[in-house]
Formats: sequence, structure tokens, C-alpha cells
Amino acid sequence: MMPDLGAYAAAVLGSYAATLALLAAIVGLSLWRAARIKRTLRDVERRRERDLG
Amino acid sequence: MSIWEYANPKKFMQASEAVLPWLAALTAVSLVVGLIWGFFFTPDDFRQGSTVKIIYVHVPSAMMAINAWIMMLAASLIWLVRRHHVSVLAAKAAAPVGLTFVLIALVTGALWGQPMWGTWWAWEPRLTSFLILGLFYLGYIALWSAIEDPDTAADLTSVLCLVGSVFAVLSRYAVNFWSQGLHQGASLSLDAEENVADVFWYPLLVCIGGFVLLFLTLVLLRTRTEVRMRRLLALLARERMA
Repeated sequence: MMPDLGAYAAAVLGSYAATLALLAAIVGLSLWRAARIKRTLRDVERRRERDLG
Repeated sequence: MSIWEYANPKKFMQASEAVLPWLAALTAVSLVVGLIWGFFFTPDDFRQGSTVKIIYVHVPSAMMAINAWIMMLAASLIWLVRRHHVSVLAAKAAAPVGLTFVLIALVTGALWGQPMWGTWWAWEPRLTSFLILGLFYLGYIALWSAIEDPDTAADLTSVLCLVGSVFAVLSRYAVNFWSQGLHQGASLSLDAEENVADVFWYPLLVCIGGFVLLFLTLVLLRTRTEVRMRRLLALLARERMA
């Protein structure tokens, strides 16, 4: 199944590994920050409703 | 129905919430199909050997690094002319994604260049202008972080984006402007004669589609976060004033 990459295996595999790692990092960071800000905003809005109500 | 309706943050949040899951699913499918096709089911090139497989990550990321800046330019111009907050928040949201594409293109380019050109890096027009574009991304992100007032930050980063656009254009057309340097011309062209062979071209198109969709998904997700962040900061400011 694995293609024979010959003498260039390190370059090809390194390129794919670096790409996948960087894409995973930006996706993971984006999801983590989205969840954190959403949770914080919800808490602040609840607190505000409670204080006003 | 006008596109400007989505400049309303509430309307934008509603529309993007409905679109995001579908976009994310389509992104995952096209990236998986494109990368597996390119890596496992394409032949070696007669000159470049197996390194030709790097094209499926290098070309889409380099292309999207430049296109992301062009999108940021359009969004910044909308902010400067029409003062729509969502547009400048979309530009802010796109910058780290664009920077990631720059890093991928630089790393994969170096790994491809070493066996083909005999060097990891060359100070030639296309590579140098692309590196400067990467530095503009860093400057743009740093400027947003450095200024407390969001409208002032939006104004100044928009101007920086206008200036950086010179290097986005140079990155793409440096090969045409100066016929020197190691980097080849466009791999993709409307002229079929200039294109790579079909056996490489079709999986490459799928990968490019996957990277475009990934960019759109991440920008939507991150813009939603920036809209929430803006509301959060406004509420916290009101609490402090009370």
C-alpha cells in the first residue's frame, strides 16, 4: 500500500508530516479558542442577566 | 436580499451557524480524498521522482497564503469604506490561517528544493517576496494585539494590509516580472499546455479545493469567535463603568 518513495522518502514524508502538524495546530487552536470565548461570554451574559434581573 | 445584510453581526452568526457544519464536512472529505489520491495513487515524475508528491501540499498552501491576503485586503477595504465590523473581524480571523499556509509552503518548499535545486533556500524574487509576505502576516497579527482600541486597530491593520498587498502580488507574479531565479512558473494555468500532466492535475485540483474549503471553514469559525470576543469586551467594559 505504501508507495516506494526511494531516495526522497524523507523529503516527501517530512512535507506531509509538517503540513498535517501545522494544519492540526491551527484547527485545534481555533476550536479551543472558540470554545473558551463562547463559554466566557455565556458566563458574563448570565451574570449580567442575574444582576439586572 | 443583499450581501450587506451579513454585515449585521446577529445575521452573520445565524447564517454562519447553519453553514459551518456542512462546510467542515465538505472540507474533511475533499482534503482526505485529495491527499490520499495524491500520495498513494499518483506515479513518480520522470525527472523529479517521488518528490512530485509534495506538489499536493506545497501548491495549495502557497496559493492560499496569497489568496488569504487578497481576501484580507478586500475585507479591509470594506472596513475602510463602509465601516462594517464583521468584515474587518473576518480579516483579523484570516491572518493566522494565512500565516499557517505561509509556514507550510516555506517548509514544504525547502524540503522539495533541497533534493531538486540542491539548496533549501535561495534569495530569488518569488521566494523572497513570499517570505516578506509571511513577515507582513506576523506584523498584521502583532499590530492587532498591540492596540487596545478595536477601531483604531482595525484602521491601522487595514492600512498595513494595503501595503502588504504589494508582496502578495509580487509573490504570485515575480516569476513573470523577473525571468530569473530558481522557482518555476505557474503549475496551474488556463493554458492546458502550461499545466502539469492530467495524472497530477486532477488530484491537485481536489487538494486545492480542500485547502480553499479549509480556509473558508476556519475563517468562518474564527470570525464567529471574534464577533463573540467583541461582545464580551463590550460587556466587560460596561461592567467596569457601572
